[in-house]
Amino acid sequence: MEQIIFYILAGVAVIGTILAITEKHPVHAILYLVTSLFSIAVIFYLLTAPLVAAFEVILYAGAIMVLFLFVIMMLDLGHPEKGIAPQWRQWLPALALAGVSIASLAAVIVSRHASAAAAAAPAPAPAPALPIREVARHLFQDHGLAVELVSLQLLFALVGALYLGKQSKGGETK
Amino acid sequence: MTASTVDIALFAAKLGMIFFVILTLAAYLVFAERKVLAWIQDRKGPNRVGPLGLLQPLADLIKLLTKEDFCPIAADKWLFYLAPAMAAIPAILTFAVIPFGAPVTIAGRRVPMLVADLNVGLLFFLALSSIAVYGVAIGGWASNSKYSLLGGIRGLAQLISYELSMGLSLVPVVMLARSFSLADIVAAQATIPFVVYQPLAFLIFLISITAECKRIPFDIPEAEGELVAGFHTEYSGMRFGLFFVGEYINIIVLGGLATTFFLGGWHGPFLAPVIWFSLKTLAFAFFFIWMRGTLPRLRYDQLMHLGWKVLTPLALANILVTGWWLALRGDMMPLSR
Repeated sequence: MEQIIFYILAGVAVIGTILAITEKHPVHAILYLVTSLFSIAVIFYLLTAPLVAAFEVILYAGAIMVLFLFVIMMLDLGHPEKGIAPQWRQWLPALALAGVSIASLAAVIVSRHASAAAAAAPAPAPAPALPIREVARHLFQDHGLAVELVSLQLLFALVGALYLGKQSKGGETK
Repeated sequence: MTASTVDIALFAAKLGMIFFVILTLAAYLVFAERKVLAWIQDRKGPNRVGPLGLLQPLADLIKLLTKEDFCPIAADKWLFYLAPAMAAIPAILTFAVIPFGAPVTIAGRRVPMLVADLNVGLLFFLALSSIAVYGVAIGGWASNSKYSLLGGIRGLAQLISYELSMGLSLVPVVMLARSFSLADIVAAQATIPFVVYQPLAFLIFLISITAECKRIPFDIPEAEGELVAGFHTEYSGMRFGLFFVGEYINIIVLGGLATTFFLGGWHGPFLAPVIWFSLKTLAFAFFFIWMRGTLPRLRYDQLMHLGWKVLTPLALANILVTGWWLALRGDMMPLSR
């Protein structure tokens, strides 16, 4: 049952992402991306990671995509322009890089599969659901320093954004 | 009849009951709003259909269902048809995590009075509340009308302004209850509701949920005085009805959440738990109606100012103080482990 749901969701996520890239209309593209993010969130839930699922929806589908949509509607960018589709030449580097990462992923899967088949080992037991308290303890006790560093970095970004915003305002009034 | 059949039947009965109660309540909330507003404005309100006007919601429903289903010419058809559902579904889904009564024993089984006790229940609510705005924004954008578009943009701006303070005002609740699960949060308030410890967080949450359900003084996306009807200007018939009912379901659900987070949920003396929960929730609904009859509308830059420069810093300071208080007390409320 869970496997069937997983494959449906995975299909939705992949198709949604592809459509988000190929769709010329920005508002539609955003909705496809939201659909894709949502199904990825449910996949996280199936993998017994409800915390990650909730954050996926709150942060990506709920906050970042809403900001994108806000900017697109505010600046009235909702008119797809013709002729800005990337040319074959521009596609090439992206295709090459994507090919490398897909090939490495395939290599990892194949090698794992081969070694598992060779050892005839049973499939690894599904990871038990981690209580949120355990997640919090690991995050803030074992990796406290890293969390602080990341939050400092976010603070820098915040101050930087504030500085840029202030400056452009000053320029306007001059 | 096997055990699992009984379980499934009980669960289905619970779901059906919740749907019936919420939808009926939402319909009668519209009626109650019209009555209360009429009393505030020294009028009589709806009093023609049925005794005391009590059948008015039914008449409204028939009117909405028989109206022409209209789609503007240059509208984005698919999104135009999809948007009302996108607005109403998250509101109904959120109720799944709200515990509305003490667990009861039926046919030898302990039946919890909530649909799903997720261990991330509080985050589930925040996630759905941030998804709900797509209905407003997409409905406004797809209508291809300037009033609708402005309403949709305002809806997004409003979400960006209040969402952060709403989330931050709930952090002290989590700190006190030490759980994201709504059932645990209610259990932690068995003796003293959190509003006693967290009056400031309660106030911030109350202001934020008023903005969340787009009620006066924060009905900026609709603003019938300036934007005709805002994001749902172009909608008619049952599609408008879905937006409308979604808004009232949202009032019930958010009232229920405020009850759960701050007023001790279904805990209370003498009366049955379900009755306590309903009373507290309906008190919030009455409060929203009362505010609509009392306050003027804010401008949307005023709301952004309020959200970002007043509520968010206050909520952050509140978290800091709560943290210090908990640390100085050594541990925590006696109830949580």
